[in-house]
Amino acid sequence: MDFGLSEDQLLLEDTIRGFLADQVPIERVRELREQDCPNDRAVWRALAELGVTGILVPEAQGGSELALLDASLVSQALGHAVTPTPFLSSAVMAPIALEAVSGKAAEDWLAGIASGELVVAVAVTELSSVREEAGLRLQGGRLQGKAMMAIDACGADLLLLAIDPGRFAVVKSDAPGLETTRLATIDATRCTAELLLEGVTPEAVFEDAGHAIGRMLDAGRVALAADALGACESMVEQAVAYAKERKQFDRLIGSFQAVKHMCSEMIAEVEPARSLLWYAAHSFDASPDEAPLMSCHVLAHVSEIGREIASVATQVHGGIGWTDEQNLHFWFKRIANARHLLGGPEYLRNRAAELQGFAPAA
Amino acid sequence: MDLEFDARYDAFRREVRDFLAEHRPRRAFGLAEGRNEDRVAWLSLQIEHGYWARTIPKEYGGYGAEPDLLETVIMDEEFNKAGVPRGMMAQGPSMLVPTLLSHGSEEQRRRWIGPTMRGEVIWCQGYSEPGSGSDLASLQTSATGDGEDFLINGQKIWTSTADKAQMCFILVRTEPEARKHEGISYLLLPMDTPGIEIQPLRTMSGSIGENSFNQVFFTDVRVPKANVVGKRGEGWKIANTTLKHERSSLNANAEGTWMRLARLMQKETIAGVPAMASPIYRDRLMRLHARALSMKHHGMRMLTCNLRGESPGVAGLIVKLQNCQLNFDMAALAIDVMGELGALYDHTKYEREHGYWQAHSIFSLGLIIGGGTAQIQKNIIAERGLGLPREPKPAAT
Ligand SMILES: Cc1cc2nc3c(=O)[nH]c(=O)nc-3n(C[C@H](O)[C@H](O)[C@H](O)COP(=O)(O)OP(=O)(O)OC[C@H]3O[C@@H](n4cnc5c(N)ncnc54)[C@H](O)[C@@H]3O)c2cc1C
Repeated sequence: MDFGLSEDQLLLEDTIRGFLADQVPIERVRELREQDCPNDRAVWRALAELGVTGILVPEAQGGSELALLDASLVSQALGHAVTPTPFLSSAVMAPIALEAVSGKAAEDWLAGIASGELVVAVAVTELSSVREEAGLRLQGGRLQGKAMMAIDACGADLLLLAIDPGRFAVVKSDAPGLETTRLATIDATRCTAELLLEGVTPEAVFEDAGHAIGRMLDAGRVALAADALGACESMVEQAVAYAKERKQFDRLIGSFQAVKHMCSEMIAEVEPARSLLWYAAHSFDASPDEAPLMSCHVLAHVSEIGREIASVATQVHGGIGWTDEQNLHFWFKRIANARHLLGGPEYLRNRAAELQGFAPAA
Repeated sequence: MDLEFDARYDAFRREVRDFLAEHRPRRAFGLAEGRNEDRVAWLSLQIEHGYWARTIPKEYGGYGAEPDLLETVIMDEEFNKAGVPRGMMAQGPSMLVPTLLSHGSEEQRRRWIGPTMRGEVIWCQGYSEPGSGSDLASLQTSATGDGEDFLINGQKIWTSTADKAQMCFILVRTEPEARKHEGISYLLLPMDTPGIEIQPLRTMSGSIGENSFNQVFFTDVRVPKANVVGKRGEGWKIANTTLKHERSSLNANAEGTWMRLARLMQKETIAGVPAMASPIYRDRLMRLHARALSMKHHGMRMLTCNLRGESPGVAGLIVKLQNCQLNFDMAALAIDVMGELGALYDHTKYEREHGYWQAHSIFSLGLIIGGGTAQIQKNIIAERGLGLPREPKPAAT
């Protein structure tokens, strides 16, 4: 009986963190942000070789069939290094949904995902928040409508679109009638786009897919929380390191108690959140009934502590923290953007209350 | 990660449940209420079944089981559900016993651990002094050698349960010439020794809860030198292990308190509508739920580190800070939900749950201060946990 990471998990974490530090340092991230889509195929292929793209794909389709906890450690490492990749959509959410619906097509896509050759974006925003009259309709076998903030859509080969809580469709990214427009957000390390669909013929529509969509959201929320928590960790590390080198009043600023306490408060939030993340990820595989509640809680919680940490860690840096050159803003914005990607904290907490029978179900 | 509740654990859970169904006392025994014999009998019964003092060796009066994470979780969950505290939250079991286990002599362990766990001997902690709180190492109460004995002179303050305790673990200065941290010894002192005078202090909690707060004066109090724990002059080091135990034992049952809060919100009505129907209160409740769950799982992680023999590092230093504040914030929501009736007190008409939430609020505030204030915790987290530089010493004036 044990509530901690295994040797294998620690090794996985080390390997990915080492790879990212080496291959995608912040200088590279700065270059990637200039691209139309920051998700670089070369980076993705290299990650595929490390088994990252197929981490959740069943072995039968060439994946490594690991648990969500393992995937979360990868996600945390990606957030820690603010690496732009389609990990959330293509390696976590899409595989979970495709695995839950059966069929030859789904299996082929899973195999493509595992090899890293097929990148799948997901569009699920309208499940939790409809703005700008967005939403999709299926009419005579064709898709019509608009999806906002589709995750990783620009550089993708395939799009997975939720039509409603019970159905999703799979569409090719070059399908006639589909227009993909990147919506620039503050976060240059994550690609989000608007999808306009005019009579698009989908590759497949999965009916009765409520369970698949639910599982996909649970997994996505945990992985996104992991990403944001990884970014928080890095911000605390950077703030602490800076406090040990910057001098004012002939003293290291880290010897000022106000600065010390800012750092302590941040780490005091990060560590228990890590424990909650482990449990939420673990529950996804070990006690799936708990996963909807845990995934809402962990994402809402990390969003709340993340906002504070992003602000305080920047403050520890003073003026330089506010510059582009110093790079800290990459983390700040990664955390800020994650906050509303799969349901904001208020939405998630209401959902958590519903799941416990405390709120009237929507 | 392995939290599989296999058949063995199901059986264990049933066993705990059956035990509680059969033996559950009608009311809890605190230090202030209930008969002493009843408390001792109940704690002894728990030890006999291994629900208390579970991993303490048999020869010291414990049950002698191997530590196991899930058994601990199961016991806590079942005792929570039954609404009975497991064991006894007091300074003897939570601070003195772990200290004796790591630093005590064989004789001290055999003599004190069993009776302390059974609640036969109540302890108080004699650390703080009027001039030495956060700066505990500046303490002045002295113990000077007189043959086989020490003679203690000085004053302690904020001593919880001093008036109920038979024994005190006390920090005294035995080596006045030595440097601040090196002149202190840790002693075991019977409270009925002549020369001890206890003066109770009223606390802000008034008549709520079990509170006993005192100042204790020592005039030529004679205690055998053999009562030193560890070596003379090592008291500071030993006290720090004790404080560490106090701080991690404050991993109080946040989830249990949260459940109680959720029940209150379902029951309490405003204009006939349950507070739970209010999206505002509900949002606060859910936010606290995530915090309570994170501290629960953090506790499991800390326990795992312990069992694996790994140091939790900075993750272990944040427990007291976070748990005390969480408890205070949960009480705050409960009081807000009760609105103007939340301030009722002292068994007044309309008071809810016998004033539990006001007591919880006031006592969690006390714990934010006691055992090292929140600010001191943050200093420790920053300096020991994150390696930030110490405050420069002020120039001598
Ligand atoms: C409910 C309760 C029970 C207690 N039980 C016991 C007991 O049984 N036995 C016992 O020996 N003691 C006990 N205490 C005493 C407790 O340990 C002290 O009150 C505590 O350590 C603070 O010391 P102080 O009261 O002298 O406050 P001070 O040390 O004077 O602190 C006052 C304020 O200054 C701040 N401060 C002080 N130094 C620093 C610093 N270096 N950096 C930043 N801020 C600083 C503190 O955080 C606090 O806000 C208890 C206290 C409480 C509240």
